[in-house]
This record gives sequence, C-alpha cells and structure tokens, in this order.
Amino acid sequence: MARNILVVGELEEGALSSTTAELVGQASRLADGGQVSVTLLGSGAGGAASAAFEAGADRAFTSDDGGYDDYNSDPWVGAVENAVGQASPDAIFVAQSVVGRDMGPRIAARQGSAVAMDCINVEDDGGELKATRPCYGGNAQATYSFATSPAVATIRAKAFDPIEPRAGASGETVDLGAPADSRTTITGRELAESEGLQIQDAAIVVSGGRGLGGPEGFETVEALAEAFGTNRAAVGASRAACDLGWYPVSQQVGLTGKVVTPDLYVAIAISGASQHMAGCSGSKMIIAVNRDPDANIFATSKYGIVGDYKAVVPALIEAVKAAG
Amino acid sequence: MHFVVCAKQIPDPETPPSAFKIDATTNEVIPAQGFQPVLSQFDGIAAEAALRIKEAAGDDTKITVLSMGAESAQAAIKQVLAMGADEGVLLQDDAFEGGDSHTTAQVLAAAIKNLGDVDAVFCGRQAADWDMGQVGLLLAEALEWPVAILAKDVQIADGTMTTTRVLADGFETVTQSLPAVVTVSNEFGEPRYPKLQQIMQAAKKTVTTQTHDDLSINPGSVGAAGARLKLERLFIPESDTQVELIEGDTPEEQAQALVAKLQADKVL
Repeated sequence: MARNILVVGELEEGALSSTTAELVGQASRLADGGQVSVTLLGSGAGGAASAAFEAGADRAFTSDDGGYDDYNSDPWVGAVENAVGQASPDAIFVAQSVVGRDMGPRIAARQGSAVAMDCINVEDDGGELKATRPCYGGNAQATYSFATSPAVATIRAKAFDPIEPRAGASGETVDLGAPADSRTTITGRELAESEGLQIQDAAIVVSGGRGLGGPEGFETVEALAEAFGTNRAAVGASRAACDLGWYPVSQQVGLTGKVVTPDLYVAIAISGASQHMAGCSGSKMIIAVNRDPDANIFATSKYGIVGDYKAVVPALIEAVKAAG
Repeated sequence: MHFVVCAKQIPDPETPPSAFKIDATTNEVIPAQGFQPVLSQFDGIAAEAALRIKEAAGDDTKITVLSMGAESAQAAIKQVLAMGADEGVLLQDDAFEGGDSHTTAQVLAAAIKNLGDVDAVFCGRQAADWDMGQVGLLLAEALEWPVAILAKDVQIADGTMTTTRVLADGFETVTQSLPAVVTVSNEFGEPRYPKLQQIMQAAKKTVTTQTHDDLSINPGSVGAAGARLKLERLFIPESDTQVELIEGDTPEEQAQALVAKLQADKVL
C-alpha cells in the first residue's frame, strides 16, 4: 500500500544530518510508491535538499531563513505543520534528538494523532506501520501500532542505514517561508566543554563506571582511549559515575545520556544496569572488564576479563600500544 | 503562585534484569518479588525544582501533586507531600486505565483546569517505566501553554519562567511567560529525602480522589477507549551474545589475548 511519509530533517553545520539521511532512506523503503517528503529549516537548507533527494526524498519543504538555525519549538512546529498540510503524510519520522524529543509529541498532538518515541525500528507489518522501542530502562521492548493517522515516530540515530545515494536525483522544492513568532525566547547558549572527538562519532568508546572507585579512575580510562588513538576513541561514563561528579554529564552514556553506536564499546568497571545498556547496546561489539563475574555487563559482551581494572587496564594499554 | 507537580508511580527501575519478567498474554510487567513500586525518579526531581522555587520566593506558593493511577499511587503522592508539597489529588478511575500518553495528558490537563489558578506544571523528563518522555509536552499542547523540556535549572519570577535546558552539546537558557510547563532532567540534581517528621506531617495532608465525573471527562475519550497508540507486544529482547571470558595467569597475558582477539575480529 502506497504511503506518503514526511521526514522532519535536521542540518548539521548547514548540511543534511546523517540521521536525516537514514530516516529518508527508511521512508523511501516504506513508501511503496508513495511520496517521501522532507522538511529542512535553516541556513543551508537549499543545498541540503539536493542531498535529501539523493538520500531518497521526492520533495523538500525548505526555508534557508537563518531564523530557524537555533531550534525554537513554535516556529519549527509551525513550519512542519505547514508542510504536513501540503504533503498529507500517512507517517511522520523525526530524529530522536533535541529537536525530535520536543517536536514529536507536539506535531502528533496537533495532528490529532500519536507518537512513538525513541524507536529503534519502524516497519511494515501486513500494510500497517509498527514501531518498536526500548522501555523499562532497556529491560524490555514494546511494539506499537497506531489507531490514528499520521503515525508519528521519533527514531534513534543509526537505527537504519541510508540507501545507496541516487546520484544526480532531483525533486520538487517548496518554500516554507520565514519563522513565525515563538512563545519561547532563547536568551543564551553555552557549549559544554568537550575537546576533539564527540562521543557519538567515535569508532571506539571507552567508558568507566562506579566500580572505578573515584574520579582518578577516569585517568586510566582516558589513557586506554588515548592508546586506541584520540582520532577514533572517546571516553564515556555511566550515570552513576556522572551523578557522583566523577566525570562530565556531557559524556554520560545511557538512556538519559548519549546513545552511542561505536564499532567497539569498552566498559570498564560498569555493572551494566539496563538504563546504561540502553545507551550502548547498539554497539557492534561490547567488551568488559569487571571484578564481578556475574555483572550484567557480561551478558551482552563478546569478550570479558574478570579482574581489577587497576591491574587489567594498564596491561590492556600496553597490549594495545604494542599492537600498534 | 500555584504549582502542580505530576507524579507517577512505577515498578522499581532498580529491579535487576534477572528479576524482570513480562506476562506475554497481557503485555504487562509482572511485579518483581521484594521490589515495591516507587515514585518515578524524574518526578521526584521535578518536585525538588518546584520546592526550591517556592522556598526561594519565601511566599505562600502552593504546590499540588497530581497522580493518575491506582490506589497504590497514594504512596507516590505522599512522598512528594513529605518532600514539602501541600496537597495531593489522585486521579483514579477504571475509565483511565489502559490508556496511552495522549489519554494521560488529557486527564492531567482536565485536572489542572479544574484547579483553576495554576501558574506552572512540573513534570519529570520521562517516566522511568515507559521512557516515552512525552506527557509533559502533550499536557502543554492540551493546555495551550508553552513548554520547556529537559531542564537542568528552572527559575520563576515576575510571571516569567527561565529554564536552562540540556542540549546535545551544551545548554540553552529560554524564557517563557506563565502559565507554562517544564520537564525536569536528572542534570538538575538529587531530590531531597524527607525527614521522619515530614513523613508524619504528610500523612495529615489532604489527598482527594477524582474520577472522570469530577473532571467532566467523557469516559470514552480516555483510557483504553481513547488511546491512539496500541501496544501490540511487550517483550524482553533476546541477547544472542555468549560472553567469552579471557583467561590467563597474569593481567598482561589476558590483555594480550584480548587484543589478539580484537585484531582477529578486525576491530583493531
């Protein structure tokens, strides 16, 4: 059954975000002859539209107005509502991002419909869209159908692969105009201190938990990340470690922190509470060092070393360095 | 001023994965033995945010706790009352059961309109059971009030709410006119632990129970009848990983063996 799907796109430094390309790709797989539209708001939207067409979109609703650059709820919701009115989508996909967490429910409410948040899968099941998402801190997953239309889903980064780019593809562009007034005034923005590689972009994430015993344990964790190479490894932390003030909240991995999907996730002295696993279970491989052989982290790890991190991690650093 | 704190009682999220079970026929979590239901942790933080504003203002600001749930949710209400809130309202009705985030927000919105003079509503960033994180937003839409989500700091003065919210790469500060809704994140800090005396005082505070009749809600529009999201299946994801514990006489041997494995798997 053909279905029209609208993707609420996002820009990263003026270019199509990788998650938007993934969402557009999945929309094109599920459209079944229907139309895939995308909204792109802010400086660079016009150029990003070309990338969206190559990623699978048929139509782009854009505004290059810099007034959209810093996400503000009301004008964004207004612009997307405008696009929804023209595209008449059966489904709306939004990234589970700072934008999507805010937009998803508001768009659903205004369309008289429902949203499934933080989905890891949206699929066709006998003509019906079904959305699957983790819940209960990652202990369980729930699959939902929608009693109302359009079905709205916010979708996790890297839940889907983009399609092979359709080189030279083009599509229709519709202007969404200038941002409307907002009930919200942004009075300041402050970037968290984080040098170098962002944790979500790292191929290897080395994380430390409460079992480190103190903030100084993170020096060992950082040294291991450094041994892997600062150009591909970043340091994360469990919520317990962040709550204790041992490491910055910006590096927190878990349900209420960052969701990371590296090639290799190295869990040092992390018990593996479900809410932590919800932030790293999408990693290609998890390995763990823990003193407790029964720690939950080993249930999802491919390799593990049972032992005191103070002895194991320095040896691991030397072995990684020796391996070049 | 009059603040509302929305509080939800949930199965204890500290239940270890080994004790977490689902009844596949009803798609419900089977309560784990030895684990009592608790106030969702983020709602406790939301209550803390409201209390700090009241204390800083030093005025006669009233804080009302709202909870939709079963009779047992009285415990969640009492906990927020013990923290320092003034009154509680339990929204309890068979008609409210089996709903979704949309119907929950409709019931809460009706209760807030019923209170009449509310200036701000404080919600947790998400309930730590379903982890949706949308009731606060849907409530704001139902009330047609502005909303700020993921707050790590909230101030209210002179008819304005100033919120510092958590972004992916930092923070932003926003202002909105009251009445408004805010959802509070864990970055705000820990909620207070009530003292024994406060717990005893809380027992004397008023908790009223309201049904769809009290709120003039059509029972067919809420609960399972009004739900827009249908739970098809609740399940425990299967892990296909079998851990290989790396043995060795020394940490050095174990480390070298592990690195060799990673190289063989082409991860390094």
